[in-house]
Amino acid sequence: MNYIEKILAMHSGKKEVKPGEIINVKLDYIMSNDATTTLAIDIFKNQLQCEEVTDPEKLVVVMDHYTPSTSIEAANTHMKMRNFAKEQGIDFVYDCKGVCHQIMMEKHVNPGNLVIGADSHTCTYGAIGALSTGMGSTDIAIAWSEGEVWMKVPETIRFIVEGKWHSGVYSKDLILKIIKDITVSGATYKAMQFEGSAIESLSISGRTTICNMAIEAGAKFAYISPDRKTDEFLSENGRGDYVKIVPDEEANYIKTYKYNVNELSPQIAYPSSVGNVMDIKKFEGLKVDEIFLGACTNGRLEDIEIAANILKGKKVSKNTRFIVTPASNDVYINAIKAGYIEILVEAGGIISTPGCSACFGGSIGVVGKKERLLSTANRNFVGRVGASDSEIYLGSPAVIAASAISGKITDPRRILI
Amino acid sequence: MIKNRVIKFGNNIDTDQIIGARYLRFESIDEMVKYTFEFDENFVKNFKSGNIIVGDENFGCGSSREQAPAVLKKIGVSAILAKSFARIFYRNAINLGIPVIKCSDYEIDNFDEITIDMNKGIICNNSTGKNFNFQPFPEFLQNIIKAGGVINFRKQ
Ligand code: SF4
Repeated sequence: MNYIEKILAMHSGKKEVKPGEIINVKLDYIMSNDATTTLAIDIFKNQLQCEEVTDPEKLVVVMDHYTPSTSIEAANTHMKMRNFAKEQGIDFVYDCKGVCHQIMMEKHVNPGNLVIGADSHTCTYGAIGALSTGMGSTDIAIAWSEGEVWMKVPETIRFIVEGKWHSGVYSKDLILKIIKDITVSGATYKAMQFEGSAIESLSISGRTTICNMAIEAGAKFAYISPDRKTDEFLSENGRGDYVKIVPDEEANYIKTYKYNVNELSPQIAYPSSVGNVMDIKKFEGLKVDEIFLGACTNGRLEDIEIAANILKGKKVSKNTRFIVTPASNDVYINAIKAGYIEILVEAGGIISTPGCSACFGGSIGVVGKKERLLSTANRNFVGRVGASDSEIYLGSPAVIAASAISGKITDPRRILI
Repeated sequence: MIKNRVIKFGNNIDTDQIIGARYLRFESIDEMVKYTFEFDENFVKNFKSGNIIVGDENFGCGSSREQAPAVLKKIGVSAILAKSFARIFYRNAINLGIPVIKCSDYEIDNFDEITIDMNKGIICNNSTGKNFNFQPFPEFLQNIIKAGGVINFRKQ
């Protein structure tokens, strides 16, 4: 068995599991947010006719999408969530404290855990060696009532990534390139396992960006084996002990891809599919109306640091708006302490409350007719952040910061080298 | 047997197109339905309750929002047929009792009338007279669909 099959076996009480097999698994956490919890509450109460969740200490409830409440409907949704949490004795409630996935990484998940979340980017926690995947509200409601769900054991695709990261090239560029190569459905129903020297040299933050976007290739799980950096990350966040998993020597993979980041340059995903990816040189000089640094993909301290280093002593172009949203309160405080927030505000950036922000069109930073948005988020679908004829381009935090200065898509290597 | 008119879509229809994220703040599916596929003229103009959605590859990609298949069910989509589906959408649709049919090879146009035989795994395009085969659901999933979704199935 490979890492993924071993973790699934551990949670199913079976000695061995095989790809394709349907198993019942016990869950370590069940996460839901304000885009999905109220529907799950309705299903739980009215359709399943349940009164109490089985393990309230396994539930994590996050208000991040429409926060602070952006409309009367959002306020009602938030009220319903708070009341449910109170009534069920749920302690892990994060009310306007950051994006659900960042909170799960900082506060809860351990390597080897099995987690489901009512959000497709739940696959993020593979960055620290957990198995996690997105499900709909019915599955979440069933999991609340039983503490377990059924799952099909996926086949695993292996990505071995070697080489040295050049200045101005980041893990975002790698995952965009991979999605382009294998297509947006290239990993549907499958797990993506990342390894190799270029993955090992990344921080947990850089690894998080990669695992976050595995769903954009259709994947069920993303996985990076924990190492010394994972241990440091856990101890910085007050956690530590976990079961070390060793794959069998004859572990199975349906396919292996090899990458070398020596050859990688900054990548841009252009409208309206994350599989539309090209080298930045194709887009240099394209004017952008709004620029967003944030989301569960790239809203961490390291991302804000990259932007602050580029924008220090510079000004954001008058022709664009630059929104910066820290992915969590912890990120926010650390960015203040490090002086990054001051640099970004002085440059002309707009800092907003930790949360999903301009990653999607339900909160702030919505774009209008035919406007062009350049973003560090993970999706560029039609109308995702506003008008149906607006355009969304995706890139790394360095691309975002360099482009903020010119108001046009700019290769960060022009500034960094 | 499901018999109805087809509304056809292309590749990679994502859940943001089915129901925009800004509408998930509403408390009920009823409040969301009028925004179903709001940017898709063909759908908005032509869809009638009972119609069958035909997509191409990777239908339902993107978010985990169950509201996407839920609004489709609410407005009366009787089946969704595609060459392939995104994983979470597929599971959500089955949980809600929507027949989601994977068929890798079909010739069906917008507004064609088709008949789907779920048990035998045959699609007949009544407009052209051509037949296409698909792998019928395993019994476990057939039973969930027949019960009208996983919740009813569990109650049985
Ligand atoms: S930041 Fe964006 S992708 Fe992440 S959970 Fe929020 S809306 Fe979803």
